[in-house]
Amino acid sequence: MTNYKDILKSGAIWGFILLELAFFSIIGDRLSVSDQPFLAYDNMLLVLKQSAPIGIIALGMTIIMINGNIDLSVGATFALAAIVLLESMTWPFMQAMGDWAIPLAWLFALMTGVLMGAINGIIVWKTGVDAFIVTLGAMLGFRGIVFMFNGEQPTSHLNWTLVDFAEAQFLGLHTATWFLLGTALVLWLLMTRTLHGRNAYAIGNNRDAAVNAGIRVGPHFMWNFMLIGFLAALSAVVFYSESGSVNPNDGMLYELWAITAVVLGGTKLAGGYGSIVSTLGGVIAIQLLRKGLGHVGADTQTVNLVIGLILIAVLVLDRQLNRKGQGELKI
Amino acid sequence: MQMTRQEVGKLLAKQGILIAFVVFMIGFALANQRFIGIDNVAGVIRSSAILGVMALGVTFVVIGGNLDLSVGSMMSFSTIVVLDLHDKIGPALAIPAMFALTLCLGAFIGFLVGYLKLNSLIVTLGMLSAIHGLTLTWSGGKNMDIADKAGTWFSFFGQDRIMGIPVPILIFALLAAGLTLLLSKTPFGRKVYAVGGNGQAATFSGIPRARVVFYTYLISAFCVAVAGLLQASRSLGSQNTVGQGMELEVLAAVILGGASLLGGSGTVFKTVIGVLILGFIQNGLLLVGLDFYVQYIVTWAIIILAVWLDVAAKRGRLWSPIA
Repeated sequence: MTNYKDILKSGAIWGFILLELAFFSIIGDRLSVSDQPFLAYDNMLLVLKQSAPIGIIALGMTIIMINGNIDLSVGATFALAAIVLLESMTWPFMQAMGDWAIPLAWLFALMTGVLMGAINGIIVWKTGVDAFIVTLGAMLGFRGIVFMFNGEQPTSHLNWTLVDFAEAQFLGLHTATWFLLGTALVLWLLMTRTLHGRNAYAIGNNRDAAVNAGIRVGPHFMWNFMLIGFLAALSAVVFYSESGSVNPNDGMLYELWAITAVVLGGTKLAGGYGSIVSTLGGVIAIQLLRKGLGHVGADTQTVNLVIGLILIAVLVLDRQLNRKGQGELKI
Repeated sequence: MQMTRQEVGKLLAKQGILIAFVVFMIGFALANQRFIGIDNVAGVIRSSAILGVMALGVTFVVIGGNLDLSVGSMMSFSTIVVLDLHDKIGPALAIPAMFALTLCLGAFIGFLVGYLKLNSLIVTLGMLSAIHGLTLTWSGGKNMDIADKAGTWFSFFGQDRIMGIPVPILIFALLAAGLTLLLSKTPFGRKVYAVGGNGQAATFSGIPRARVVFYTYLISAFCVAVAGLLQASRSLGSQNTVGQGMELEVLAAVILGGASLLGGSGTVFKTVIGVLILGFIQNGLLLVGLDFYVQYIVTWAIIILAVWLDVAAKRGRLWSPIA
C-alpha cells in the first residue's frame, strides 16, 4: 500500500506533465493562432532551455529543503554573480587577455556565488539563527552589494564568443539545457549515491537523531549553502552569457519561483523527503504551463494565476493523499 | 557576577531592540542635527506608514504561528482595484468595494491555512503568484491612473494633514493603537498567542484554532487594504507591481520587532519599533551621505544580530550548539 502511494506521489509530477502536453497539443492547437503545433520539436527544445535559469537554482533548493532549511537569497546571489561576470570582463587586464578572460570571468562569478553561500552557511551554523531569517536578511544584504556596482544602472558587456557559446546546440540541445541536465545528473548522484546525500535526508528527517548518530550538522549545512550559492551563480553564468546585460533588480522573486518548482515536485518543507528528479519535473511542468498558455493565446498574466492555484491544489491533494505524518514548517 | 550577567542578558533579550533603537537614534542625531528635526521624523514615519500598516496585520499572522508572503501582491491588487473603481463608480463606493474584495482574498487564505490546515508558507506563496495574476488581469497589464487628479477628494488619505499631522501617520497610529488593544486586552488576542505558542494545547483547552487563524488572515487583509488605500491616494496612479517584494520587507520589520517565526511571541508595539528602525536606518544613512544601497547591507546585519541576540539569550550561550 505504501509502495503504491509512493509511486503515485513520485510519478505525479510526470503524469501532470503528460496531461499538460496532451491538453496543449489537442485543445491548444485548435485555439492557437500559430501554425506550429505545440509539440513541435523546436518548441519543446525552447521549453527545456527556458527552464534552465530557475531550474538550476531549484535543483539546489531541493537539497536545502531536504535538509529542512530554505534559502531566500538565491535571487540576489543570481544578480550578484551576473554583475561580477559582466563587470569583470570590462576590467583592463581582463580585456587584455582576449577570449581567455571568459573562463576567468566565469570563475569569478562562480566564486562569488560560493562565497555568498558560505556566508549564509556559516551564519546558520555558528549563530543557530534559522535559515529562513538568515537568508531573508541576506536577500536584502546581497541586493545591496549588487547596487554597489553600478547603482541602478544596468551593467552590460556583450562578448560574441560567449554569446555563440551560449546559443550553441550540441546534439540538438541548447547549452543552457545541457547545464540543466548536467546539474540534475550530478546532484542526483550526490543525493542517491553518496554519504553526503544520505546525511542530508537523515538531518532533515530528524536533526537530533542525526547529531546522535555522529553526523556533523553544521559543516553539512555549510556545504549545502555553498552548493546552492554555486548553482545560483552557475544559473546566472549560463543565462547572462547569452543576454549580456544585467539589471540590478534581476533575479527578484527567483527564490519564490524556485521554491514553487521544488514543492510542485513533491519535496516537503519540513525536510527529510524529496528528490532531484521530481524537482526537474516541477521545473519543466511550470515552463510547459507558461509556454502552453502563451500558445493558446492566454495573456501572460494568466500564468501567474494558474501556477499559484495549481500550487495550492497540489497542497490540498497532497494532504488528501497523506493525511498522516503531515509535516509542518520547522523554523 | 554570574547573576548580573544573566540579568543583563535577559534585559537585552527583552528590550534589546528598543535599546538598539535608542542608541541608534542618539548616534545619528549626534552625527547630523537634522536627523531628529520634527520635519525629518514626520517624513520618515510618513514614508514608513504603508509598510507599517501591512506589518501590523502580519504581526497577528506571525504570532498565530503562520506566515503571510502574499501581502505585497495583495497590496498591489487593492491599489489597482481602488484606482480603477475610482473612475468607474466614484471614490465613495470604490473604497468599500476594494475593502470587500481584499477581505475576500484574506478569507480565502484564512480558510486554506486555518480550516484546511495547509502550510501557510506555500499557500501564501501560491497566493502571491495568483493575486499578482489577478491584478494584471484586472488592469490588463497597464498602469492605472485617476483621470481627474486635481478634482478628487480621494487624495485626502495619502496627502492631506489634520492639525498639521499627515493623515497616513494618523491612520497608522490609530490602527496600531486599535490593534494593540485587540491583541493585548481582549480574549481574542490571548487566543492568538495561545494558538501560536502551542497549537495543540490551545485545541485541547477548547480554543477554536482554525477560526483564530482565519481571523488573523482577515486582519492582515484588512491592513493590506488600508495600505493599498494609502498608496493609491498618495500617488493617484500606480503600476501593477507597486507592492512587489514588500512581503519580505514587512516580514523583516516584524522579525526585527522580535516576533518569533515559531509563533506565540511579539507585540504590535514592537513591530512598530521594527518598522521605525527600518525607516530611520534608511533615512539616517542617507542623511550622513552614504549611498542608498548601504541601508540594505545594514538592515541585513541588524536583522541577523537582533535575532541572534534573541536566540542566544534564550539558550544562554552565544554560539549555536549545532555540531
